[in-house]
Amino acid sequence: MPLSLHIAITHLLARKRQTLVSLSGIVLGTAFFLAVSSLMRGSELDFIKRLVDNSPHITVSDEYRSADVQPATLQWPDAAINIRNVKPQTEVRGIRGYQQKLDFIESLSQSIGGLRVAPALTGSVVLTFAGRIEAVSLTGIIPASMRQVSTIEDKIIAGSLEALNANPNGIIVGQGLVDKFKLAMGRNITVATADGVVRVMKIVGIFRTGNAAYDETQTYALLKRVQTLLERPNRVNRFVIKLNDPYRARDVAGVIEKRIGYKSLSWLEASEDIMNVLFIRNIIMYSVVTAILVVASFGIYNTISTIVMEKHRDIAIMKSMGFHARDIRRIFLNEGLIVGLIGSLLGVVVGLGLMWALGQITIKSPFVSNEPVHLPLYYGTEQFAIAVGFAMLSSIAASYLPARKGGRVHPVDILRGAA
Amino acid sequence: MSVLLQAQHLTRILPATIPVTLVNDISLDVQRGEFIAIMGPSGSGKSSLLYLLGLLDAPTSGQLLLDGEDTSGLDEEALADTRLAKLGFVFQFHFLLAEFSALDNVKLPMIRLGKLTSSQIDKRAQQLLSDLGLAEHMHKRPDQMSGGQRQRVAIARALANDPLLILADEPTGNLDTASAATVRQILRDLASQQGKTVITVTHDPVFASATDRRIALVDGRLDPDWELPAISIHDSTTHKTE
Repeated sequence: MPLSLHIAITHLLARKRQTLVSLSGIVLGTAFFLAVSSLMRGSELDFIKRLVDNSPHITVSDEYRSADVQPATLQWPDAAINIRNVKPQTEVRGIRGYQQKLDFIESLSQSIGGLRVAPALTGSVVLTFAGRIEAVSLTGIIPASMRQVSTIEDKIIAGSLEALNANPNGIIVGQGLVDKFKLAMGRNITVATADGVVRVMKIVGIFRTGNAAYDETQTYALLKRVQTLLERPNRVNRFVIKLNDPYRARDVAGVIEKRIGYKSLSWLEASEDIMNVLFIRNIIMYSVVTAILVVASFGIYNTISTIVMEKHRDIAIMKSMGFHARDIRRIFLNEGLIVGLIGSLLGVVVGLGLMWALGQITIKSPFVSNEPVHLPLYYGTEQFAIAVGFAMLSSIAASYLPARKGGRVHPVDILRGAA
Repeated sequence: MSVLLQAQHLTRILPATIPVTLVNDISLDVQRGEFIAIMGPSGSGKSSLLYLLGLLDAPTSGQLLLDGEDTSGLDEEALADTRLAKLGFVFQFHFLLAEFSALDNVKLPMIRLGKLTSSQIDKRAQQLLSDLGLAEHMHKRPDQMSGGQRQRVAIARALANDPLLILADEPTGNLDTASAATVRQILRDLASQQGKTVITVTHDPVFASATDRRIALVDGRLDPDWELPAISIHDSTTHKTE
């Protein structure tokens, strides 16, 4: 064992009580750091998970971020052009040639670690049933691909998504609408579009998301059926994309938009404000828990200062023997290091205990579900690294000042005083 | 005999509002193997001179040559290295590290020097302690030993790195007569049998009479007219005359 370490350990053992107090400061600091940060990060990730799960990672819609360049401007980019009475070409709204675009998006899957994409066509329709009228939005889907990108299937409480395949005239509606219209499975309702197309459809599924607005206004039917209904054959107006790694959404959205031209919105972009709030919340949380460790480091400062004062004679004799100021400093820095190391390791153990205890707490949600909810906890390596790192850093910083003071002790001053 | 230590016009002034001259223009040659006593009344600058000779303190002016090397240009770390390798100190108070055994205290300078392997260090520390009659006490801590034993441990520690020069500041000042006699005898033997050079600050005329040469200081200056006071018959029985 190196000499300075040996002396450091001896010093600490000679003042057991004070060492224990400063040690427990670091232990508690580290433990609270871990418990609080795991809870905060856990709830953050839980929140993001809900956000990510319930919304598409990327939505490609049939819009452009900026208006189309007029052909004349393309032809003569530098010319001053004034062509009167040019009316934009009338075209069917929607993503054109969506099958090729779909193929392109699917071809990205390999390089970005997996993605799933589903086309959808959404339009407004009016539902009529027993004299009641309600405007809703009808989304045409392909059940097989939709279920891969959406959680809608989990929310279905009666019937199934597959039933749409079996009955091309089927429609899936939300619980809210069912309550409002006094509907039930198997009932027929009339669906009318703005262009005057009217069709009777049969309820083959009911979903409930818990979001009242959604449950009252969203309906689903087969893509082909909706295309004919809205008179937009072979068009879709949305691609819904899910990634295996949702955090790459921003990059992937960029690639897609660049290639196919339509606006691609990633969930990160769509919920930027929320992400900012979470980021700020993290900063606040880390500064609070770090403050605990800073306070704890005063305990170490106190202990090591006392030891340095007490050991002035030892320092004097060691320096007279030929020890350098550096050697003396190393002794006291080692003391801080030992307290920091043992303290943070014990702190990790106590912190894991606290996290376990927090994980045992179950909460009965007063709102929708009846299932007991566990506190969301996050066991991330980086948290442990940050906690131990901060504990070590504050221990070393706390021992640095007394160590420097110890290194400056001049042997003659002490010897004169003692003689 | 050759010159080990050569002091030329050493002066040490403590800077203060009214500067205090601790050591005033002292020139001194010390031969190898010599046993010297520095005497003088309290406050005459004995200890200050010893700190200068032991490279613990730097002179305000003057030169000090140790083993042929001029020490005036050396920085603090180089001085520390010189002390480690060439000098050994014994003080009035033993200054042993309280939490360490006698053996560990003696090993300390050797570990710091790092020239021997740990088993060699262990062996040498045991040998030094046995030579000073402490074979049975080497695993005791300082507070479990008598004052005389502690001072012998301190001497063993001073000898650890086989120094050229041993500097002692009132080594018997805190001891009873019998222990003082033992310590005095040890230092005497180090000079005459092992050829170590020993410089001791002392008040004790009995101790001084055992040395080869006595230097007296008055107010920081050498006092050439000073003579060793007469020693009582009681004391003379306990010390070895030459």
